Amino acid sequence: MGLNQLWLVPALPLLGAILNGIAAGKLPRKVVSVIGVGSVGLSLLIALACFRELLALPEDARRVTQGLFTWVQSGDFQADVRYALDPLGAVMMLVVTGVGFLIHVYSTGYMGHEKAYGRYFSFLNLFTFSMLTLVLADNFLLMFLGWEAVGLCSYLLIGFGYQRPAAAEAGKKAFVVNRIGDWGFLLGIFLIFVTFGTLDFSAVFAQAPQKLAVGSALAAAIALLLFLGAVGKSAQIPLYVWLPDAMEGPTPVSALIHAATMVTAGVYMVARCHVLYLLSPVALLTVAIVGAATALFAATIGLVQNDIKRVLAYSTVSQLGYMFLACGVGAFASGIFHLMTHAFFKALLFLGAGSVIHALSGEQDLWKMGGLKPHLPRTHATVLVATLAIAGIFPFAGFFSKDEILWNAWLHGGPVLWGAGVVGAFLTAFYMFRLYFLTFGGRSRVTEEAKHHLHESPNSMTVPLIILAVLSLVGGLVQVPLLSGGQRLDAFLEPVFADAALVAGTGVAHGAASVAGSAAAHGAASGAAHAPGVEITLMVISLIVALSGIFVAHRFYVADPDLPCRLAERAKGFYRLLFNKYWIDEVYDSRIVQPIYRGSVRLWERFDAAVIDGAVNGVGKQIERGAALLRQAQTGYVQVYALILTLGAVVVLGYLALR
Amino acid sequence: MTGHGVPLELYQLVAALLFTIGLVGVLVRRSALVIFMSIELMLNAVNLSFVAFSRLHGQMDGQIFVFFVMSVAAAEVAVGLAILVAIFRNRETASVDDVHLLKG
Repeated sequence: MGLNQLWLVPALPLLGAILNGIAAGKLPRKVVSVIGVGSVGLSLLIALACFRELLALPEDARRVTQGLFTWVQSGDFQADVRYALDPLGAVMMLVVTGVGFLIHVYSTGYMGHEKAYGRYFSFLNLFTFSMLTLVLADNFLLMFLGWEAVGLCSYLLIGFGYQRPAAAEAGKKAFVVNRIGDWGFLLGIFLIFVTFGTLDFSAVFAQAPQKLAVGSALAAAIALLLFLGAVGKSAQIPLYVWLPDAMEGPTPVSALIHAATMVTAGVYMVARCHVLYLLSPVALLTVAIVGAATALFAATIGLVQNDIKRVLAYSTVSQLGYMFLACGVGAFASGIFHLMTHAFFKALLFLGAGSVIHALSGEQDLWKMGGLKPHLPRTHATVLVATLAIAGIFPFAGFFSKDEILWNAWLHGGPVLWGAGVVGAFLTAFYMFRLYFLTFGGRSRVTEEAKHHLHESPNSMTVPLIILAVLSLVGGLVQVPLLSGGQRLDAFLEPVFADAALVAGTGVAHGAASVAGSAAAHGAASGAAHAPGVEITLMVISLIVALSGIFVAHRFYVADPDLPCRLAERAKGFYRLLFNKYWIDEVYDSRIVQPIYRGSVRLWERFDAAVIDGAVNGVGKQIERGAALLRQAQTGYVQVYALILTLGAVVVLGYLALR
Repeated sequence: MTGHGVPLELYQLVAALLFTIGLVGVLVRRSALVIFMSIELMLNAVNLSFVAFSRLHGQMDGQIFVFFVMSVAAAEVAVGLAILVAIFRNRETASVDDVHLLKG
């Protein structure tokens, strides 16, 4: 077992999905669990074996591809179903299979009472297959297949409880909003094919520096179109609106798809295409600005939401913004690092929230929780770890990854982007501890009925929590700043992002002193650029900021529980603005959805009904009318026919005679 | 040359007269029986014409044709009268105006 079996990594979950899908609920629960969890577990084992073999290879040879068959062959165009494993893909593969496996295990407990148990695991396995195809694809087309398939699974799983209209609506919304992004992604792929004549990653990225001038409009167009896809999938401004609604899905789904893996596909894609982005400073700057703006914007909304899952959803949007900020300043490895740590602690937070919801018989309102610490000891401990991690407290994983992003933002993006990140970090610490205090601290606001059923979750749910908590605790240690030899993830990803320096070389040669230039220069001279004094100062600042966020949250929600109400009363307008999520949904609805809807109705009435139907029905009606006229000739009186016959004969004879 | 010094024009005139009487009978009479008889008249007008030309040219083709016409006419009458009887039994009428169901 090893790299030769790479194809099995995505294939096994697909097999599981097919088996559970075909059986369609006929199998007993135990068998469904074994197929569903076992397929991903095996896939994880093979992924680990592949990872070990990849590590054994020399650094510059760490890119292994495995072609399965030719998918599309048309003229010069050829696209294979070909999987590739390189360090970047390996990190993603391990996150997807690892976190995915834990969430599958958790699901056996959480979804234990669910009727459509087989359908759930079939979809979840299908998602794992799609996501692995996305991250292991060797060309844009196969990546797009995975990209669309994860979108489909997201839709299916958000709308899993389709009997509830809200869930069905949310699934539809996610699908439609993602369609906008996919449109951009697809156009980007077309443009790449027109420019390079191929869709293979290695060929495109190798030719890119020659075929695209730095800062050219073509490079910007390709990069920005691809980024539109990433914005849709990764829920960034302005297409983030679907993610909070996606919380209608089952909680493990929110953890796997809408926190840990699928929504990070956009970050992965930008990192994968970093060569194209480095060729377009404009696109890179756009990525950074969108990322920073989203990080800050979503965090402010998260401050006042009352649904535990929605707080986490806005938090996810915000954290994804951090990842894009990292990519936008050229620190792709930092973005991937944060992607990884975020996968750990955000999955843990969602699963912990799921455990709380499970314990409270489905209650999601933070104001109906509180004082759960003694009742849910394991959930409490693990969620605390995750909360500390996302807040960025030393030495939890989030501290290292977030700090590295902020440091890179300072270094290559300037104080404004850094400032946005720091304010976002403060808000993150605040709203996460607000969630923590409201859930576990203070006095209980649990309803009597829910109190009756209050129980710690079964082992199948708490063991994944504990494993994720350990990962959230130590996950940051793969990338320790300042320490020489501490940046192991950077070193591992180095071969993938090494060509960044190559592009920078041409960039400097063309005199493009820009974000791209400086960002890539960082890649070349990362060791030298590190000024330890500044970095330590910034680190201390972000730590102080995070701690003060926690302190404020404590003061608001534990020490003086009336304070939030008083503050909300005092800044009523602002509070309502935040509480209603800046009315973005309403604005979209009235400015975009309704006009399109009304326009469609008008088109339907005026064009479809009047012109198209009018033409079709009109032709039919005219023929009918003409036939009615001609029909008069058919009287049924045989003598009339005879008369006409005679007259005809007379006319013909007359003509012949007088000719 | 025709026999007994009767000129061809006279035969043709009689034939045309008979044919026209038959045609008018077909067009104006309502009784199916009379229409049948009128058709016979038209057929015999044509037969007369055939025979006259046959004599004129001294060839037998025309006379043979007349036999064909007569035998076909006999068959037609047999079938036609049978239909007529069937219609009369069903509808108690032999007027063609009452049988005009086949129309648009």
